Amino acid sequence: MNVVERYAHRRFERASRTAEQRVGMAAGIRWALRYVFPDHWSFLLGEIALYSFMVLVGTGIFLTLYYVPSDAQVVYHGSYPLLQGTQMSEAYRSVLGLSLNVPAGLLFRQVHHWAADVFIGAIVLHLVRVFFTGAYRKPRDLNYFIGLTMLMLAILEGFAGYSLGDDLLSGMGLAIAYSVAMSIPFVGGQLATLIWGGPFPGSNTFLARLEIVHVLLIPVALAGLITIHLTIIMRQHHSQFPGPGRRERNVVGTPMWPAYALRSIGLLFAVAGVLFLLGGLIQINPIWQWGPYHPYLSENGAQPDWYIGWLIGALRLMPNWELVIAGRTVIPNPFWGGAAFPLVVFGVLFAWPAIERRITRDARRHDLLDRPRDRPIRTAVGAAFLSWVVIVFAVGSTDRIFYRLGIPYTTQIHVWRVGVWVIPLVVFFATRSACRSLQRSGAHPLRAWEGNVVRRRPDGGLEVLGDSPDRIVPPATEAPVGTVPGQE
Amino acid sequence: MSRLAKLLGLLVAARTALRAAAGRSAPPPVTVESDVDPRRRVVPSSRRAEGVVALLLLIAALFAFAFPVIYIVSSGDTQLLGVALGGALLLLAVACIVAGKFVVPQETAVEDRGPLLVEEQTEEVIELIEAGGQGISRRAILLGAGGAAGAALLTAAATPLASLGPTLSALHETPWARGVRLVDDEGRPYLADEIQIGSCYTALPEGKDAESFGAGLLVVRLPAGFIHLPAARRDWAPHGILAYSKICPHAGCAISLYRYPTYAPTSQEPAFTCPCHYSTFLPGEGGRVIFGPAGRALPQLPLMIDAEGYLRAAAKFHEDIGPSWWGVHRAQS
Repeated sequence: MNVVERYAHRRFERASRTAEQRVGMAAGIRWALRYVFPDHWSFLLGEIALYSFMVLVGTGIFLTLYYVPSDAQVVYHGSYPLLQGTQMSEAYRSVLGLSLNVPAGLLFRQVHHWAADVFIGAIVLHLVRVFFTGAYRKPRDLNYFIGLTMLMLAILEGFAGYSLGDDLLSGMGLAIAYSVAMSIPFVGGQLATLIWGGPFPGSNTFLARLEIVHVLLIPVALAGLITIHLTIIMRQHHSQFPGPGRRERNVVGTPMWPAYALRSIGLLFAVAGVLFLLGGLIQINPIWQWGPYHPYLSENGAQPDWYIGWLIGALRLMPNWELVIAGRTVIPNPFWGGAAFPLVVFGVLFAWPAIERRITRDARRHDLLDRPRDRPIRTAVGAAFLSWVVIVFAVGSTDRIFYRLGIPYTTQIHVWRVGVWVIPLVVFFATRSACRSLQRSGAHPLRAWEGNVVRRRPDGGLEVLGDSPDRIVPPATEAPVGTVPGQE
Repeated sequence: MSRLAKLLGLLVAARTALRAAAGRSAPPPVTVESDVDPRRRVVPSSRRAEGVVALLLLIAALFAFAFPVIYIVSSGDTQLLGVALGGALLLLAVACIVAGKFVVPQETAVEDRGPLLVEEQTEEVIELIEAGGQGISRRAILLGAGGAAGAALLTAAATPLASLGPTLSALHETPWARGVRLVDDEGRPYLADEIQIGSCYTALPEGKDAESFGAGLLVVRLPAGFIHLPAARRDWAPHGILAYSKICPHAGCAISLYRYPTYAPTSQEPAFTCPCHYSTFLPGEGGRVIFGPAGRALPQLPLMIDAEGYLRAAAKFHEDIGPSWWGVHRAQS
């Protein structure tokens, strides 16, 4: 140690004591520094979502400083020549100004938009990982429900965000959202006019309401749920894949300090860096091209942000059934695709841990993850369900497929109305048999190499020393913690 | 220049990473037991890796410093600003990851997972909480009264929500009434003679709120051969000019696509299509739905032509415009 290092060490020691005399948290900090993270790339998906959320909060604060939540009609006299003299809302004008006249404004708005897309994408991939590895089983079912709630909030938050701009695309999206709210049986009319402050496009308070939902209510809810999510994870410790030395009762991996902390901070910077490159170099939602929204205007080929695509697809795919009894429209059509479909998807996801517990009669605590192939039925059900949602999602871009490939729109819809039920069945059986044959073949063992260790003898021959020490622990050779179902 | 430096930095980092990876792919220590203890701690002490990290951090500093420079010099060029900040962050990321993998001690540790449910502690907590109710005899009454107070308070707190809305009667209203003139989006009134076969026009109510949901109309002229209106609507389309609400009765988008046969024997009949979910309506048949998810026909507005030849509404809409809901007034057909 040289002089500078000794000085720094002394200062650090003194600062630590000063802090400890006031907060007394050394035991907790020690525990946190030694907290063990199991290493697997798929565990980073949740972290990517977390770091995207941080970028969203940071860039979002910048954007709120410029946004004007007003639907008052003004005439544009700004710097963008193509919209000169156009009538538009003050909200749209403020977003135009933020994008085109505030230095770095467009960068922050585009980073914010990209971050929202990445945020929800990372959550969905994280959910897929959690599902297919059985990470939602006890004791993590509670945290799984919190995660699903956050996914719903995140979709709502993203939609509210891009609706604030009051450009043509966002106005069309709001009209559809209003129609879905109206379509809720019995109370839809009251609910929609309550939210919008009157019939669409709503009273002059609507954008202010939407802004508060977007910048305060949902972000605070998300931040609270993230805190609970992480606290529960820390208490339970991460789940881990089976491997050498890995047991139900332990967790093997890299301690938080220093290697994991550095790698995770590196991931934070990487996520932020990629988002800033995307926001700087790849245009997203150029609202000046869409123009202002007026209820009597729309554009062709409008596509929402990707996480709304499954709802657009469901609205498009649905036949024009509308339940009318004695002149009363009990179930208006948008209810099927816009409300019932997402409710079913999330309902199944919420119910799945209980369904699986009932089928397998396994209520024990599980801290070792499953490989998808080792649970062929779950994997097949998950793949079929995923394919069902993905097909509906893809139907959301049928008009683009028509435009690019020339396949008639009506033909596509008629084909998918059948395909959306047939393909998941095919996927179910294909996945189940793929899992079973992978199990039999033993190909691609988990996080280990296969084979024997050999050594060359002095006479030139090879001698076998033994199996791979990284040989995996086959599933179910070790009983999960607790032997009585329903207890630990 | 800085791009070159970044490239160099990346190359060096990649080489270091590759070398380290090559070093690690040597066969692991041989043991015959399958249940190895995975605990290990390696202190890399690599001056080279430390140098790489320091270099990366310095280049990151350059990129970050470029941000305010670009901000001032180019008054905020989005691409350059993005590359500066994104580049700085990515370089920091690489520096952190290289440091995390090749500079600091590498450790695999094993932590025990204790039980979550500890019987004695849980029971103690339950006892402690229940002991708080010791000596209370009218427990049910207290709980009931507390519940009533809580529910009443919640109701009181939620009541102001009602002042947000609702105003259901407004859902049945549009600006259209007998005599309202049809104008374009710049306020010019439409002459009946201007409406050409094969084109589609957007009309708004003269002197009324163009932003209201029911304001927008689609106006087309069809040859008699395409017009098959129900008997009650026979005089709604003077000179073959028809007007419909522009708002799709499915999900409220403005209908903006109109097809008209270019060669009658092979083309399909004239139709409106909504660009959101592709509900398709026949203007010649009272807005009947022939494709897509819309659950009812497109509402038609009766037209008349005044003495000067301008288009005017002959009456209100006979049904509600916009998306369906519980109380929507549907057409009598």
